[in-house]
Amino acid sequence: MSIQERKRATIALSDGTVETGFAIGYHGTSGGELCFNTSMYGYQEIFTDPSYYGQLMMMTYPHIGNYGVSSRDDEARQVMVAGVVVRAFSWDYSNTMADSDLNTYLRRNKIVGITGVDTRKLVRHIREKGVMNAVISCEEFTAGELVEKARNWVPMEGLELASRVTRSEAQTVSPEKHRYRVAAFDYGIKQNIINSFTHREVALRVFPAKTPFEEVMDWNPDGFFFSNGPGDPNPMDYAVEVVNKAKETGKPMFGICLGHQLMALSAGINVGKMYVGHRGANHPVRNEKTGLVEITTQNHGFSVLPETVNPDVAEISHVNLNDGTVEGLQFRNFNGFSVQYHPEASPGPHDSSYLFDEFIERIKQYRGN
Amino acid sequence: MPRRNDINTILIIGSGPIIIGQACEFDYSGTQACKSLKEEGYRVVLINSNPATIMTDPMMADAVYLKPLTTRSIKEICAIENVDAVLPTMGGQTALNLARDLHHAGFWEKNNIKIIGVDIDAIDITEDRQQFRDLMERIDVGQCRSFVAKSLLDAKEIVLKLGGFPLIIRPSFTMGGMGGGIIWNEEQFERKVLRGLELSPIHEILLEESIIGWKEFELELLRDDHDNVVIICGIENFDPMGVHTGDSVTVAPAQTLTDKQFQLLRDAAIRMMRSIGTFAGGCNVQFAMEPGTDRLVAIEINPRVSRSSALASKATGYPIAKVASKLAVGYTLDELKNQITGTTSACFEPAIDYVVVKVPRFNFEKFPGVDEELGTQMKAVGEVMAIGRNFAEALNKAWQGMEIGRAGLGADGYEVLDRKHVRERLLKPYWDRSLQIRNAFKLGASIEEIHDVTYVDPWFLQQIRYMVSIENRLEGQTLESLGRDELFEAKQAGFSDKQIAWLLSQSATPVTEDQVREKRKSMGMLPSFKLVDTCAAEFPAQTPYYYSAYEGENESEISDRKKIMILGSGPNRIGQGIEFDYSCTHAVLAAKEMGYETIMVNCNPETVSTDFDVADKLYFEPVFWERVLDIFEHEKPEGVILQVGGQTALKLAKHFQRSGIRIFGTSYDMMDLAEDRGKFSELLVQCDIPFPRYGIASDVASALEQAEIVGYPVLIRPSYVLGGQGMRIAVKPEELTEYVEDLLKTHPENVFLIDHYLDHAIEVDFDSIHDGETLHVSGIMQHIEPAGVHSGDSTAVLPPYSLSDEVIATMKDYQNRIAKAMHVVGFINVQYAIKDEVVYVLEANPRATRTIPFIAKATGRPESAIGVKVMLGARLSEFDLSSKLKHYAIKEPVFPFDKFPEVKKELGPEMKSTGETIYFMEDFEDEHFRKPYEFKNLYLSR
Repeated sequence: MSIQERKRATIALSDGTVETGFAIGYHGTSGGELCFNTSMYGYQEIFTDPSYYGQLMMMTYPHIGNYGVSSRDDEARQVMVAGVVVRAFSWDYSNTMADSDLNTYLRRNKIVGITGVDTRKLVRHIREKGVMNAVISCEEFTAGELVEKARNWVPMEGLELASRVTRSEAQTVSPEKHRYRVAAFDYGIKQNIINSFTHREVALRVFPAKTPFEEVMDWNPDGFFFSNGPGDPNPMDYAVEVVNKAKETGKPMFGICLGHQLMALSAGINVGKMYVGHRGANHPVRNEKTGLVEITTQNHGFSVLPETVNPDVAEISHVNLNDGTVEGLQFRNFNGFSVQYHPEASPGPHDSSYLFDEFIERIKQYRGN
Repeated sequence: MPRRNDINTILIIGSGPIIIGQACEFDYSGTQACKSLKEEGYRVVLINSNPATIMTDPMMADAVYLKPLTTRSIKEICAIENVDAVLPTMGGQTALNLARDLHHAGFWEKNNIKIIGVDIDAIDITEDRQQFRDLMERIDVGQCRSFVAKSLLDAKEIVLKLGGFPLIIRPSFTMGGMGGGIIWNEEQFERKVLRGLELSPIHEILLEESIIGWKEFELELLRDDHDNVVIICGIENFDPMGVHTGDSVTVAPAQTLTDKQFQLLRDAAIRMMRSIGTFAGGCNVQFAMEPGTDRLVAIEINPRVSRSSALASKATGYPIAKVASKLAVGYTLDELKNQITGTTSACFEPAIDYVVVKVPRFNFEKFPGVDEELGTQMKAVGEVMAIGRNFAEALNKAWQGMEIGRAGLGADGYEVLDRKHVRERLLKPYWDRSLQIRNAFKLGASIEEIHDVTYVDPWFLQQIRYMVSIENRLEGQTLESLGRDELFEAKQAGFSDKQIAWLLSQSATPVTEDQVREKRKSMGMLPSFKLVDTCAAEFPAQTPYYYSAYEGENESEISDRKKIMILGSGPNRIGQGIEFDYSCTHAVLAAKEMGYETIMVNCNPETVSTDFDVADKLYFEPVFWERVLDIFEHEKPEGVILQVGGQTALKLAKHFQRSGIRIFGTSYDMMDLAEDRGKFSELLVQCDIPFPRYGIASDVASALEQAEIVGYPVLIRPSYVLGGQGMRIAVKPEELTEYVEDLLKTHPENVFLIDHYLDHAIEVDFDSIHDGETLHVSGIMQHIEPAGVHSGDSTAVLPPYSLSDEVIATMKDYQNRIAKAMHVVGFINVQYAIKDEVVYVLEANPRATRTIPFIAKATGRPESAIGVKVMLGARLSEFDLSSKLKHYAIKEPVFPFDKFPEVKKELGPEMKSTGETIYFMEDFEDEHFRKPYEFKNLYLSR
């Protein structure tokens, strides 16, 4: 798009910070929690990650859109972020395998965005002041009005969002031949989690978030998977209830991100809102069992409160090397483990994909018993 | 695992003299390694023959050996020093080869010396084409497809299988790859195949698919003893496959890869590193990727720090060599802190929120007849790195930092937009490809057209087209009509005030750089300074490493301490290399000791001076007037030190003077006087000092006239050049005419000098420091070759070996008189020619010269530090000025002629050497003296 055609846009934060730039994507107004992601690759996977539902995603790498968009990089059927904030948007792209440019893609998905803002300044601001809500708009509002809108935007804390992104009907995804059957609870499951199972000869039946447990058991799974997803886990009593029921079966259980938090809650471990959160593809996590470090993809604004982890209930299996936060739990009184980060990557390093193998190994052992 | 306690003394092998392909990046890595290991309490022993390195300073290691880099020297050192381990990964291929030779000779094992940081046996695999191929196959990493042909018929079938031309042909078992090369088309096919089959003793050839034009990437890895691996940086080459990565414009991070593609590279790189042994240390992996597919081909793996890892360190802030050294002695990554943030782990992968562009610097103008086409053998002598918040900004900045008089990527009045010329320059890879792409867009070429001939990824072309669109919009405007938004957009895209002034001057009345600056300042449009922090601002960082950008927040806070700004020497090139970085680094340390907060400005990623823990504040910016002034106006230091950064910094002196900024040390007027032959000669006359007859000319006619007056042979030289750039000796008018015409093309604004050339004279380099009253003789170096061979190219001996006491006394007297007359405070170098016992002054340089580090190493006196402290007000009487030199030190130059086989070796007033070594000798029977003495007249040409 030529520069003359650009339309002014504004981003206003709930604490009164206002920056101007130019509109990208859909021309309109959108708001949500403003968070940032430090991945230098994989913007499309990030924008379509259901865990980001309702958030404004600010990319710290300045050039976004360089390689366009391609259906093979979608993590869900649609764009999930509420808006996009960029420093130096690529209107053109280069990638013969792409389907379209990012701008058209965002517009088609009705995603509002802004480019040309000092994203680094905003990142530093959030880092100091903590995450907050913001509004992006290229419509006729005063800065004051936009700040007011940001203030009135629904806060993330206490917000149950999984039921908004989950599928409406259960779906079976099976490779040509499979060895095991896993029931996956979709709180906003990423496509690459599904792929990670099917590539390992596991048939997955993905259930809507609020599927009654009995209905799940009718499918007779060998294990349970609790997916990633957006929002605060604390109001998700329905999901914790399901986790508790699953425990009683004695079958192996595995949780990622929100799923990890739900499994923790079910064990009496508390989960709280983080000051800034972890979002990126470069977070070092040490596996406490092996002592090895994995470079991981992370995307969470809530985390397990370590002081509430009773060693009799769960062992902290993975720790973040940067800030010591809990990244994984090995439960003692049921057959389950979970991680806060994303072993399915996409985007990000593949260092942690072994966790899927471990889960399958557990299923194998369980079945052997 | 904490540090190893089974070793105490570690030997680090340096990389020796600067050569093309192995430059001062290894001083940077070696210096980091020394610091890193000493910090851990190890005893560090160092060998390097390059005197101009920081790593060979006495403070860097416990024992420093300035000895030839030979297995013999290493054996001698090990016999004395009780070495427990050797770290051979910090000194480039030179160090690795030495360690490997000694390994194969069983030396390390026999002496119970452990090799750390690399698996020596694995190196053999990485360097043997077939073994490497087999290994890659085993670990499922892609390779070029290839087939063996025993007949022309076989070959024809293979062409079909490989999908046509171009193809690479490699006859089996021929010496030195004879008969190998590229088959571009059908016409060449039969001839080359038959020749290859004939040449091969077993009549067999390998035909391999060509990956010329594929996208090229590099990854920098670190691994620890627990087999944890992290990728520090991914780098994408702007120039696709076919151009050596050292000669390519490169960009970090990779710009055109999807995450899935990047992860393919990452996974393959990790598999590759794990396949070549279990060592803990650094590694560089290079890949090619077929455009439009996910097909990946591994090019090579280097299990050591490299030029690219130095670049990656500067690009991300992550100190690769420092960490690699710690890993080599047993630490694991998770035990180390990220020094930039101070709080987070070193075991992570840096995230950057800016774009880094590296542009290589070449010196072809010094080698008439050289083949300028870029290929698989490196030809660049240095490089510039630039940081911006977008690609355009970084690319413009890089061109501003190149030291070739450019104000950015074109738009500065130097480009001739000739369609035919531009097309020719783009058909093959040349050093100025990015500039020619800009020119092609100016001429209306499309992205497709340019991509078709260059294979440069369209994304980069789109960015350059965007830059040209800014140019085109500015061209129709006047200073008055130019709106805030448009000006801001141009500044965000890295355009200099000078470029903008030129663009505005195209359609209206001429506009000056100063007017543009004034206008933008009146609008409050100043650059902000952003931090390089390894983590895209996710965590607070302490390290004061900045770059400029045009946008909101300025992160560089100003302290209330007294400050001083030191200008670096820009990219390495012949005539201005590591010696100046040496002095810059010492200037910073000396100024710190004098209580100043030091502010370093430089754009050369290979240097120690741009390490984040050298200066109090580092601005990684072009040493370009606008950028330097912006930093100055932000920091408001007391003044600047220009005399240590070679000609780069000195060229800015007049701007500082005009802006009323204090220049420490010798005054601007006197520095200018030294360059102004007329005024300088008047001064010599006043001091009663002889000098060769000379005249001043500005065109061919006046040159010929002057030559008649001063008498042939004559020496032609432009002012304000270093390394004798453009200098020639002419013995007759025809030659003079030719040279002057050449000179007027490259130095159009300059007047130049016609000196009478004193043939068969002895040349002497005399370095000294003057504190306003007393003169300290740093060193007197007598050249072995006659006057006329550039001092940088001559073999020189400290102290003189054949000068009479009278001559030496005369020189000292003259030196004193000149220093007094010029009111020198700080460094003063004078070059003398001695003929028939008469001492003539050739030139005076009131600054730190190339020979200062050599003298410092020979005498054991910190000459750079002394000079800088004197500039800042210290007296010579405060220093211990005794010399530790017992006999003689000889400076031996190293030339790049082996890289330019088509250029014949000739020496003259224009410098051609890339580096030098130091050698200590006891007497003149030593072959290091006898050999050059025997050949001293041989190569003198013009």
